[in-house]
Amino acid sequence: MNAKTLISARRLGFGYPGKPVGREADIVVSAGEVVCLLGPNGSGKTTLFKTLLGLLPPQQGTVSIAGSPIDKLTRQQIARLVAYVPQAHSAQFPYRIIDMVVMGRTAHLGLFAAPSRSDRAKAQAALDLLGIGALASEAYTRISGGQRQLALIARALAQEARLIIMDEPTASLDFGNQVKVLSHVNQLSKNGLGVVLSTHDPDHALATASRVLLLHEGRLIADGPPLDVLTPANLRTVYGVDVTIETLPKGTTVCAPDYRA
Amino acid sequence: MVEGHTSYRSDNAVSVSEPTASTASRSSRRRPATTLVLLALALFALMLAAIGIGKYPLSLGDIASAVGGAIIGASPPDQASIVLFSIRVPRILAAVLVGAALAAAGAAYQGLFRNPLVSPDILGVSAGAGLGAVLGIFLSLPVAGVQLFAFAGGLATVALVYFIGSLVQNREPVLVLVLAGVVVGSLAGAGISLLKILADPYDQLPAIVFWLLGSLSSVRSAEVWSSAPLVLLGLVPLVLLRWRINVLSLGDDEAKALGVEAGRLRLIVIAAATLMTASVVAVAGVIGWIGLVIPHLARMLVGPDFNRLLPASLLIGGGYMLLIDTLARTIAAIEIPLGVLTAIIGAPFFLWLLARGEDGWS
Repeated sequence: MNAKTLISARRLGFGYPGKPVGREADIVVSAGEVVCLLGPNGSGKTTLFKTLLGLLPPQQGTVSIAGSPIDKLTRQQIARLVAYVPQAHSAQFPYRIIDMVVMGRTAHLGLFAAPSRSDRAKAQAALDLLGIGALASEAYTRISGGQRQLALIARALAQEARLIIMDEPTASLDFGNQVKVLSHVNQLSKNGLGVVLSTHDPDHALATASRVLLLHEGRLIADGPPLDVLTPANLRTVYGVDVTIETLPKGTTVCAPDYRA
Repeated sequence: MVEGHTSYRSDNAVSVSEPTASTASRSSRRRPATTLVLLALALFALMLAAIGIGKYPLSLGDIASAVGGAIIGASPPDQASIVLFSIRVPRILAAVLVGAALAAAGAAYQGLFRNPLVSPDILGVSAGAGLGAVLGIFLSLPVAGVQLFAFAGGLATVALVYFIGSLVQNREPVLVLVLAGVVVGSLAGAGISLLKILADPYDQLPAIVFWLLGSLSSVRSAEVWSSAPLVLLGLVPLVLLRWRINVLSLGDDEAKALGVEAGRLRLIVIAAATLMTASVVAVAGVIGWIGLVIPHLARMLVGPDFNRLLPASLLIGGGYMLLIDTLARTIAAIEIPLGVLTAIIGAPFFLWLLARGEDGWS
């Protein structure tokens, strides 16, 4: 095992008790990588992520985090290594943004401790980094979906984990915020973090991924560099639509669906 | 690690021009610490006032001489000091204890179940305590026996609900707990109804009805001494784990991903809140509304952070219960059951909170 390997899953079967969703998934993510998971609605992306995070027990196979089997790690140990950014949700209680983000420090606190001044400073730094530092005192229930998504990413940064798993981080964002979040993802990987994210948009994978995984009917049918995986044939198989993959004159590669079908 | 991540200057900061609630809309926000001090002072003032008010009014002079007499050991104690020390002070302390315990348990449960409409009896503690107490009355046990049955009934019911919840594996654990609580609670309710029918209608039935509506009229210092340590025992874990209870209110998956052993923490919080609720319900009977309404009010004053929500709930709950109990023993010739008053006052108050909306919930 490579020392840079953050998470690895071998022949992983994932799903809910009595309801298997996917099987034989092999996944390795190293520091500095952005791995994009693509798959249609209901293909099991969230279930796979929950299994990688140890929120669901593997039905087959194993998950290792930083070389240790996940079932040998405590929740606190896992949280120090892997952070999770769920899809932006509404909260039941109007926590201030800063309180929400400082919850990312929990894995670094003693059992009976509350966050210290320096924990709050780290949370504020994460908010500043994502450009929403001015919202620190606002209630989480009052900000927009895009701002919530950024606050949840800030919380993952405050957690100071080595790998961040993001479940459709661009799903609830407008066009501009999608681009900005993905730019942040690129920047995080340049700083040595590993990032795993799911998306519905092949363009997002082309823009960020060092590697793309295609999930189809519970199986990972492709794993490789974006241009090798995001082929018209593969996308036809997974989504049932025809696409054209083109590289624009300035070097950006885009995926354009054929709307005539 | 990611020490480096603060090093890049973010030139692609995400726009924050979207609707941001202006801070002016909460201009009246006081510092939470100040609010807590004011609440504590209000509770203290209320306790002093409640000492003087009653069927046997005590002036400041009466109170001072009774306290002085007790200190220098004057013999024999006059009527004022008997009223003060044997009846009124224990009852006032019990009211504060009951209200504080119910409100704190409610605040913990609302976070735990991620639902602001949850009260401490959602897992059946009150129904179980009620069944225990009614059984005790039915068996003509002495008062202490009835209280013990109520306490045991409350604990046993929640333990049964938790056990049922842990048997069901494939579902959202919080949902299973709530549903099991509803089922077991209504089963206990059926048991109460059956015992009511079987009970002696002249002797036992009025006692049963009175107990089920809650009252502090028979509370003496023995009850305060027996329930206060149990309430404190339940309160300690809530205080120690105050930060993690915040994290748990985000839901199991998020709490776990943030490093919290969610299942174990939930068991501890349920045990602590149940202990607090059962030990006060055992001496005061079933008293609704406090555990539901007070945490809302506290959240409006100090926000949802459990670190501040817990002390605010304790203080407001204690004060509110004392106010209700003082009304219960003074506004009419007979004692009005507490459950009746908390409902009459609590229902419109809760509607007002709902209509006001704002910070209490989203």
